[in-house]
Amino acid sequence: MKMNIGYFPGCTLKATALNFEKSALEVAKILGFQLEELSQWHCCGTVPSLSQDDLLKQISPVRNLIYAQSLGYNKIVTLCSMCYNTLAQSNLFVKENKEKLRKINQFMSEMPDYDGGVEVKHFLSFLKEQITLEKIRESVKTNLSGIKIACYYGCLLLRPKIIGIDDSEQPKILEELMQVLGAEPVYFPYKTECCGAYHTVIKPDIVARRVYRILENAKENKAQIVITSCPLCHFNLTKRQEEIKKIYPDFKGIPVVYFTEVMLQALGENFKCV
Amino acid sequence: MRIGVFVCHCGRNIAGIVDVKTVVDEIAKLKDVVFCTDYIYLCSEPGQKTIQEKIKELNLTHIIVAACSPSLHGITFSRAVEAAGVNPYLFEMANIREQCSWVHSHNPELATKKAISLIKASLAKLRYSQPLTPIKVPLTQKVLVIGGGIAGIRVALDIAQAGFEVYLVEKSPSLGGRMAQLSETFPTLDCSSCILTPLMVEVARHKKIHLFTYAEVKKVEGIIGNFKVTIEKKPRYVIPEKCTGCGDCVDVCPVVVPNEFDQGLGARKAIYVPFPQAVPLVYTIDFENCLNTEKLIICEQCFKICGPKAIDFLMRPEEIQIEVGAIVVATGYELLPLEALKEYGAGEYEDVITSLDFERLISASGPTGGILRRPSDGRIPKSVVFIQCAGSRSPEQGRPYCSKICCMYTAKHALIYKHLVPDGEVYVFYIDIRAAGKRYEEFVQRVMGDGVLYLRGKVSKVFRHNEKMVVLGVDTLSGKTVEVETDLVVLAPAIIPSKGAQELAKMLKIPVDEFGFFSEIHPKLRPVETTSPGIYLAGAAQSPKDISETVAQASAAASKVLSLLSQKEATLEPIVAYVDKEICKGCGLCRRVCPFKAITIVKEDKKRYAKVEPAICQGCGCCMAICEENAINVAGFTYQQLSAQVRALLEDKYEVSKKTAEFRKI
Repeated sequence: MKMNIGYFPGCTLKATALNFEKSALEVAKILGFQLEELSQWHCCGTVPSLSQDDLLKQISPVRNLIYAQSLGYNKIVTLCSMCYNTLAQSNLFVKENKEKLRKINQFMSEMPDYDGGVEVKHFLSFLKEQITLEKIRESVKTNLSGIKIACYYGCLLLRPKIIGIDDSEQPKILEELMQVLGAEPVYFPYKTECCGAYHTVIKPDIVARRVYRILENAKENKAQIVITSCPLCHFNLTKRQEEIKKIYPDFKGIPVVYFTEVMLQALGENFKCV
Repeated sequence: MRIGVFVCHCGRNIAGIVDVKTVVDEIAKLKDVVFCTDYIYLCSEPGQKTIQEKIKELNLTHIIVAACSPSLHGITFSRAVEAAGVNPYLFEMANIREQCSWVHSHNPELATKKAISLIKASLAKLRYSQPLTPIKVPLTQKVLVIGGGIAGIRVALDIAQAGFEVYLVEKSPSLGGRMAQLSETFPTLDCSSCILTPLMVEVARHKKIHLFTYAEVKKVEGIIGNFKVTIEKKPRYVIPEKCTGCGDCVDVCPVVVPNEFDQGLGARKAIYVPFPQAVPLVYTIDFENCLNTEKLIICEQCFKICGPKAIDFLMRPEEIQIEVGAIVVATGYELLPLEALKEYGAGEYEDVITSLDFERLISASGPTGGILRRPSDGRIPKSVVFIQCAGSRSPEQGRPYCSKICCMYTAKHALIYKHLVPDGEVYVFYIDIRAAGKRYEEFVQRVMGDGVLYLRGKVSKVFRHNEKMVVLGVDTLSGKTVEVETDLVVLAPAIIPSKGAQELAKMLKIPVDEFGFFSEIHPKLRPVETTSPGIYLAGAAQSPKDISETVAQASAAASKVLSLLSQKEATLEPIVAYVDKEICKGCGLCRRVCPFKAITIVKEDKKRYAKVEPAICQGCGCCMAICEENAINVAGFTYQQLSAQVRALLEDKYEVSKKTAEFRKI
């Protein structure tokens, strides 16, 4: 079965999260489908708009959805949790507010009208629903047995509930995925705690303190590695380990990687991520 | 036709916006209006007297009161005009407050115009009104009470003690409900079963009470005075008349399952009584867990040991038909299921329990014999965190309401815990303490002074850390986040209506609110009556409430029932459908849409036509809306009346006469 899936990368996947994209594309190929990058895309909007009335904030995500629609995709997949959240929330907003969608369409008179027909999926739910865990299990070449993994979700995959890809309080989709690869997901109650997000820009110490607790909890529960799907979480969980060491000198680091990198280690050959 | 029109100021509510004098002047000019005046409060005693005096003085035949909504004072005025000799159905109310002055407060000129228009519309309707007389139906002097908790018990006893027969239906094997599960009650710390059990026994002994436990109401037909009810008795597989309650069967039964009465924290056998003081003290075989099936008997241990030969594996459900004049719904409450409270680790960790679980764990008759032990490892918890408002007061979760009893029972739990484990630590996370009630605040103050730490704030997360539970939350008074390590977490989950309340509401045709609690007619003035005459409410089925409030409401419902039963006949509104036999073609459309099954199609002199049973008809008008021939009308709300009213409303806006035909189609 040859499947071509519309893929929306977003900025970080082309900059700090190159390895996320590379491993995901490879995983897709192994599983028998291709993530086709949209030939035209731009910033997803970066943060989901909480404003009901300021429709300008919806322009960026909706325009991306129009690109997808014009290219003939009824479904696009994202890797970045933030892109997923922004696009999915915006998509839902315009689908539920026809009058506002009409205004947005009018504003972008140079573009074709968006009809609300594109579905936004995160790669994780796409793998679970479309490819199925069974198929992934069958494709495992290197069983990861013995590797203890802490699955970190952060917030963007899960909240608000209406676009969350799993239960917002006790998600388990990453754990399920790691299990079929043979790895051992550990008990990890901090998996949905906030990483500190954009505080990292001006108050890195807040982020460092938060990340310290998250990573310590992972290590306490014997995790050897932490996985995530959010480039911002990834940045905070890796780059702020330096700050942590300044505040807590006893802190010993722990590797943090994208879930696709772990997948590739199991599904591919000679790919080392840890 | 001599019409009198009375315009109310309602203080400044109406007169502050609507120019009442102009309204009076305009209306006085209209045909047949003999008298028109305004008054500051028409609903007051002198206001009503003015209307009555003018009726007599000027020989008025039709009355219009322009005031508030008829749902507020319709009855007040119709009684007043009736007392003065005018048929109450020749009286109309024009709502110039809720539908006029309140909504157009920014535009007095428009409001005045609209008020005139609304009164004209009422007048147009009144021109076609006919005097009506109430319908009298015979009244069965028996009552059905649904639910055998403290509410149902109190209602049944009050009615039976007045000498009327009561059928009390409870779906579980024993009377007692939630109150039987409680250890002690606030604020007096009375032992719950000590005060409840005598009442249960009294119900069972009372000659006027027919008790059906392990039974459910299956079907309800008819109306006030004459409800026909079908009750299904579920098979107990034990013959109640023979069972002596000795319990020999329990000793030999090989099947052990969690006991629902103990919130699943204790065990029972497949043949069981839920708790030792159960009423009736008759054993029940839970056939879902019993090794036997309807077709195959594998195990007959209980059958063999039973001295009086009370076991009957061939027992089948039995249906009983009864007739009653009134019904009281007392189906109680449930706690929000743990799955809905995942942010508190509910369902994930054994040591996160509900308040009812905690009741069982501290109850002397509970699964741990009154020694508090936590579920995971049976250790006595050295600290407990109570989390109030778990799922209540939460608009985000669709439950903005307060569950009302949690503040008090949490204080009680904290106090009892301190008695059981004097060196234990107690933390209570709360939003506000709501302790309104006699001696309630004093009780909470006492608990707060007893070394219980109250933290004002919400909890964001609960998780396990080694042997301990960790609670992350915020203390909004100090403005700091807090982290508490504890042995046990007790949630106060939101109170929700009982399972099956929704279906029961449909069966009884009574409304529920957006959360599924049964709705009363008026929250302040008619708190125990439903919109269906003859059906009353008691207890937490109507809204969360504690035992004292439940008992008070139950007695209120009983007194309402008694005032109904004190009459020989029930009086019904004459606002019912009637058929014009000449026009009716007997197509049966009305019969199909009638939600009350009040219409039959009959054949007479080779002609078919619809016939309405006035005692069943509720005057909803579905039949009237669907009839293609305009052959069926609701008295007091006929096509003629309604179209005249609408036409009058649209008078100065549209060329109505041309549109009349189209309007009929709408």
